[in-house]
Amino acid sequence: MLKVIKNRMEQGCKTSKYPKEPISLYKRFRGLPEIKKNCDPALAKLCAEACPQDAIDPKKKKIDLGRCTFCGQCEMQSGGKFVHFTENFAMGAANRDDLWTDGTLPDLAAHSKKHFKKLFGRSLQLRQVSAAGCNSCEADTNVLNTPFFDLSRFGIDFVASPRHADGVHVTGPISRNMKAALLTTYEAVPGPKVVIASGACSISGGPFWGSEDVVGDLNSLLPVDLYIPGCPPHPLCTLHALLNFFK
Amino acid sequence: MDNLLKIENGKPIARTDIPNLPLEGFSQTLVDLAENDGFVVQMFAYEDGKDTKLLAVMRQKRDLFVTGCSVNKEFDSLTSANEKFHMFEREIAEQYGIRPLNHPWLKMVRYHANCTGAQDVFGNNYKEEIPGNYPYFQVEGEDIHEVAVGPVHAGIIEPGHFRFQCIGEVVLHLEIQLGYQHRGVEKMLPKVPKKRLPIICETIAGDTTIGHNLCCCQAIEGLAGLEVDEEARVVRTIALELERMANHVGDLGALSGDVAFNPPANYFGRLRGDVLNLSQVLCGSRMGRGLVRPGGVAYVLKDEQRQLLRDKIAEIKPEIEHVCDLLFTANTVLARFEDTGKVPLERAEKLGLVGYAGRASGVGYDARDSFPTECYATLPVNRNTMTNGDVCSRATVRREEIMHSFSLIETLLDRKGDTEAVFMKDYKLSPSSFVVTLNEGWRGEVSHCILTDATGGILRYKVKDPSFHNWTGLAMALRNEEISEFPLCNKSFNLSYCGFDL
Ligand code: SF4
Ligand code: SF4
Repeated sequence: MLKVIKNRMEQGCKTSKYPKEPISLYKRFRGLPEIKKNCDPALAKLCAEACPQDAIDPKKKKIDLGRCTFCGQCEMQSGGKFVHFTENFAMGAANRDDLWTDGTLPDLAAHSKKHFKKLFGRSLQLRQVSAAGCNSCEADTNVLNTPFFDLSRFGIDFVASPRHADGVHVTGPISRNMKAALLTTYEAVPGPKVVIASGACSISGGPFWGSEDVVGDLNSLLPVDLYIPGCPPHPLCTLHALLNFFK
Repeated sequence: MDNLLKIENGKPIARTDIPNLPLEGFSQTLVDLAENDGFVVQMFAYEDGKDTKLLAVMRQKRDLFVTGCSVNKEFDSLTSANEKFHMFEREIAEQYGIRPLNHPWLKMVRYHANCTGAQDVFGNNYKEEIPGNYPYFQVEGEDIHEVAVGPVHAGIIEPGHFRFQCIGEVVLHLEIQLGYQHRGVEKMLPKVPKKRLPIICETIAGDTTIGHNLCCCQAIEGLAGLEVDEEARVVRTIALELERMANHVGDLGALSGDVAFNPPANYFGRLRGDVLNLSQVLCGSRMGRGLVRPGGVAYVLKDEQRQLLRDKIAEIKPEIEHVCDLLFTANTVLARFEDTGKVPLERAEKLGLVGYAGRASGVGYDARDSFPTECYATLPVNRNTMTNGDVCSRATVRREEIMHSFSLIETLLDRKGDTEAVFMKDYKLSPSSFVVTLNEGWRGEVSHCILTDATGGILRYKVKDPSFHNWTGLAMALRNEEISEFPLCNKSFNLSYCGFDL
């Protein structure tokens, strides 16, 4: 018992004050890209060709955050002259097209559905379904339950049964072998229900785009309400998206 | 030993140098080796022009061997002579439609059609949903009941299906049927532009980002003749050790949660985050994404990052020590950990268990020691002492390895050199070659093989996650345990679904 108390004192209170107080991530973190509109078109083309995800449109000078894995190649290859990644983790979006960014995103809070805020603003129970996720999206969702983020203080919980849930939070590129289980889980959730696509995989197939063994686009199966980009999304990115969309 | 060619970790050889034995000679050689302390690192089929070939990479103490043969539609299974081949032969059957005759446990691995268009060995029609006609092991009798769990589980975890054959509360047999996570990784890797290789390999198993991507990049370095300087190796080694620590710390917390001892569960949960944040200091990603690239690292360690790492380690090391002490001295915890989920040494060796699961049973293998890459040849090795093969031993190995990783990282932070950041380029790979790479990922031996064709294109890319060996270990650990011990046993192994399913 003494040891429990001693450890308790050493640990102290570690819960983050976010969103009441801003929080900053280390400068190497790659969040919302800043795109230099007037950069040399040849440089943009070079980056587009080198991008492993083919996520860059060099003509429009836009990046598809639904495909981007934030690998940093374009930033490095252009020496920051075409793309520079900021530490801004606020990247959730309500529409797929909005993820094609020129460095800006529409304000998520203003784009969320009013009735969702009314229905789920005080209590949101989600069933997480990993459909061939690589366990990073899953892990960085799970950490929202650790004391630092302490998700349940916002009335948001991940629950064990779809019957207890208000919606599904899907990670992974949806393998052929998980499609049926995903749809069954979705059907088991009582309506009205929300669908959240988390991570590049569930939005576009992520690193596995083009594989014939995955569906690669959650929206082709279920009507997605909220997109959370990243590979994996930083826990704060998920937290920001959930709070702004539902609260 | 002309039947076996001695090779080195990460050093390519010409494909023509791989022995091409008659089928019987191939089988005999492998079984002999397996019975003399030999273990399977890789065994797979590939198409070589009109021929289909089998290739095996075996390890024996500190030596690595390769051998091969041509094969038709079937071959006599080696598994009946030696269990170590069991999963590999099932995989060959599924991927290439080649039947291992008299295999005692011939079941699908990941549920997908084979790549040759041959008749399906399992008689499956893949238009039907997984698991097709999967023959679950059944126990008969009046008091027997069956518990089926998954694919979707109760937490935020990956999918898989477990079937327990029980008498009362006691599990007679646990069958683990996977495949839900299959993304077609090995099918993709040879076809996609090379710029995608590190991105895909980083996500074969996201918790082993560095482990798998190191294997990929070292293989490309071998085949493209790239040199990696000392400082880049330092950064890579630190990254691999941070990955090990983060996962071990997280799992100790989860184990604590599974025995309902909440303080360490919460503290470790938060401390794991601190370790992940160190990876973020290193390369901007908590999972180590984007760090390792052929030829070196994409993010260099400057004084600032070195200092941040040092400071944070000085802060969390005593905290982790204290929480470990809290966990491992609580009688209620030990009462649950000790003698639970035992895998005796003999069984662990027979199955070829790797990583901490193997070491906890007394299998002394650590790839960092036997086949050192990066900085490991110059670093001390961890020798674990508790080898009872139970949950307690698996937890204790992890505790020791966390502390060992701390000291490795501290040593490496003091080695100061210079390196240039590198990014991915379209490298030319040496034609008609073969390379195998091995690294001790946090779960155990990770290994990749690349075979190139006459133009330097990738003919076959083979991936093996340690989970491929160890899932069978978990099934064995559950025998004659109470079904309520499953979560605890499962966490003590913490195997990868996607790493297995590929
Ligand atoms: S960071 Fe995104 S856009 Fe840039 S190269 Fe990587 S995947 Fe492409
Ligand atoms: S988006 Fe990235 S991190 Fe998430 S499951 Fe896919 S590969 Fe893994």
